[in-house]
Amino acid sequence: MSTGAVGRAYPRLEGREKVTGTARYAVEYPVDGVTYGWAVPSAVVRGRITRVDTAEALASPGVLAVLHHGNAPRLAPGPQPEVWLLQEPAVHYRGQFVAVVVATSLEAAREGARLVRIDYDTGPHSTVLAADHPGLYRPDKVNPNYPTDTAEGDFDAGYAAAPVRVDATYRTPAYHNNPMEPHATTAHWRDGRLLVHDSTQGASLVRATLAELFEVPPESVRVIAEHVGGGFGSKGYAKASVVLAALAARHVDRPVRLALTRQQLFGPVGYRTPIIQRVRLAADADGRLTAICHDAISQTSTIREFAEQTAVYTRSMYAAPHRRTTHRLVRLDVPTPFWMRAPGECPGAYALESAMDELATAVGIDPVELRIRNDAQVDPDQGRPFTSRNLVACLRDGAQRFGWADRDPTPRARRDGRWLIGTGVAGSSYPARARPSSATATARPDGSFLVRINATDIGTGARTAMWQVAADALGVPPERVEIRIGDSDLPTAAVAGGSMGTASWSWAVIRAGQALREKLRDLPGDEPSGEVTVEVSTDDEVGGQPTLPRYAYGAQFVEVRVDADTGEVRLNRMLGVFAAGRIVNPTTARSQLVGGMTMGLSMALHEEGLLDERYGDWVNHDLATYHITVCPDVESIEAYWLDEQDDELNPAGVKGIGEIGIVGAAAAVANAVHHATGVRIRELPIRVDKLVGLSALA
Amino acid sequence: MQGGPENATTTDERHSSRVAFEVNGATREVRLDNRTTLLDTLREHLGLTGAKKGCDHGQCGSCTVLLDGRRVKSCLVFAVTLDGRSVVTVEGLAGPDELSPLQAAFIAHDAFQCGYCTPGQLCSARGMLDEVARGWPSAVTDDLSAPAELTDAEIRERMAGNLCRCAAYPHIVAAVRETAATR
Repeated sequence: MSTGAVGRAYPRLEGREKVTGTARYAVEYPVDGVTYGWAVPSAVVRGRITRVDTAEALASPGVLAVLHHGNAPRLAPGPQPEVWLLQEPAVHYRGQFVAVVVATSLEAAREGARLVRIDYDTGPHSTVLAADHPGLYRPDKVNPNYPTDTAEGDFDAGYAAAPVRVDATYRTPAYHNNPMEPHATTAHWRDGRLLVHDSTQGASLVRATLAELFEVPPESVRVIAEHVGGGFGSKGYAKASVVLAALAARHVDRPVRLALTRQQLFGPVGYRTPIIQRVRLAADADGRLTAICHDAISQTSTIREFAEQTAVYTRSMYAAPHRRTTHRLVRLDVPTPFWMRAPGECPGAYALESAMDELATAVGIDPVELRIRNDAQVDPDQGRPFTSRNLVACLRDGAQRFGWADRDPTPRARRDGRWLIGTGVAGSSYPARARPSSATATARPDGSFLVRINATDIGTGARTAMWQVAADALGVPPERVEIRIGDSDLPTAAVAGGSMGTASWSWAVIRAGQALREKLRDLPGDEPSGEVTVEVSTDDEVGGQPTLPRYAYGAQFVEVRVDADTGEVRLNRMLGVFAAGRIVNPTTARSQLVGGMTMGLSMALHEEGLLDERYGDWVNHDLATYHITVCPDVESIEAYWLDEQDDELNPAGVKGIGEIGIVGAAAAVANAVHHATGVRIRELPIRVDKLVGLSALA
Repeated sequence: MQGGPENATTTDERHSSRVAFEVNGATREVRLDNRTTLLDTLREHLGLTGAKKGCDHGQCGSCTVLLDGRRVKSCLVFAVTLDGRSVVTVEGLAGPDELSPLQAAFIAHDAFQCGYCTPGQLCSARGMLDEVARGWPSAVTDDLSAPAELTDAEIRERMAGNLCRCAAYPHIVAAVRETAATR
């Protein structure tokens, strides 16, 4: 039945376009009469616009229009206040877009933006998260739809009665997604229809949002996202660029290109909230957990609630009779936080897997063994067996590949000249989900096939993976299959997020392939004379899937060296082993896993949004001052996976790999730093200022 | 007055200049707003969108091109300074029929994911290999008097100015290493 395209290491289908510069991104399509939009951010944190003076801007050569709340086309209020832009004088956070300048050139648009004068009445603001903030409250649910708090047993009693206890508080700063391609859009209205090329993770979703905002039928909106320069969650919904470009294009009745600047990506398009996490673990003398409590505090904006599901990771990772998790929020005068690679699991695992390391030290058990000892085959949260859980296998395989066996647990025991050497480990887990999607499959008279689905390839390799899946579903060599994605005129499909793209899309592609084969089989005669097409939707099938605990797992191993004099931390090597169901394309899968691990390294050592309360915004809002991991920081990062078959997932048997690489990675780095130095840093990033003077500690 | 096919429509005569320079082997003559960067000239006036705008401030490397053979961040170069000079972009790296070895190696090693930093990585790597061939040291070169040896540490250091958020770094290093070895 299977021709075996799935599982083979094909190079990316669009590889040639990407290395020759011919792959077109959102603002790179040739457009006649194009104009340029430049977004103007508010210069105050909280307030109200009292006057907009556009005279000087409009007098500047090339400027065609200045849109603001007083003259912009009206939008219908929707569920996403972040993109209900230029509709009201109220300012909710610094950097909120309050005007757009449209001009005949980029230079003129930028100059025009500089010349727009806006006066504000301002009020006091609060922009800094604190554990004792008076505005702390309990949200009704956490992202996307998890219970806010959970409790089983009696944590307080269980914790008090245990012989070994860990009580630690971990702090992480704001993180900014920073895909290399900024949020960017070309928009054009023609005869009441809106055509946009947008840098998005989900063109179907953007189409729906635009139709809602502009009150036009969805069929009148087309969103194309053929190549997308990364997203990491920040392009998971319609964002400011597409709405501003569409507003501007309608206003000037010409095509508009609008790309946000790098500085404008630090806030208005979402970011990972700063988080304060307290983790308490209790265990018996053998290291068996008896009580677990994870309390997380994070922020949201005043215009919409986004509650990072930080402690959800802890609900299902390790078992104990007494367990409790809580989430609390503060509404601050800040942009709304949003998805960033593994929202919830990423920061939550940093805290829990760090605390597990502290427990290993406290109880005197190897940290790999401690995790094995506390493995659970039944989900502690749902009370049902996991469909598959190979955490222990990942830990064992990783330990063997990494050379963990002879590790001396004593901190600061290894030294190489001025470098202190240490190793650390962390567990990793991410839910395996799927969402309904639809697809068509067409047989052509020449023996080739066309499969259409509005999947999005944001760099994951989705186009190539779906092509492989389609070939197997059709039972033909992939060379006979053409795959088309990245266009909202194609059958509607799930967003490229939540590590569920491949699971969701392949489900529809496989069903389409099967349905087409059946239809062809039932046709009279040998060869169809024209094209034969089937369209399928997985709405019912995905919706009817039983609720079971489905998770991917992993184990992350890290070796660092720390300069004993300066405190500089360098990565010697990082190795991850994952169990994520079937791997469709080993080449692109490895790249995704390594990419996630690297972003976790970046979180541990480099990234930090520095907010100044007086200014009310992040001050290091560019790539010179917001540091991300660069080439010399990565000496060795390797990703492996275990063969895993799980029949309770989806027809392709995949779990998703876009996010699990980042989960646990920062904890493994922090644990290695502790092993190297004996110093436990509980506030990321681990930079020299927190370790300098290390030699004096000897 | 009219420059390239996509020239801006309202270039102010007093604040514009005519400039002629070579791009990927062909002479291009355009009248440009004096504020126009090389990057925006390529992307908005010459239809060459291979060079990418990641930050517009010389901080990410996505816009790297070769100027008279040396790698530059094209967002930091004003086009009016380029009269008579020669630019090679990612569109000019391949031969007429086949990819350059560097481009082929990037595909073979999966040295990119989203592809947005890739044109900059490729131009940077091309420029960097020439710098090594000329014996230019880097910050991690131990012996400044000896010929530069292209170790992985040297490749990493010399590619430090090209950010990749997808983090294809190990694969980029592998692709550059392979290309250097077969040069």
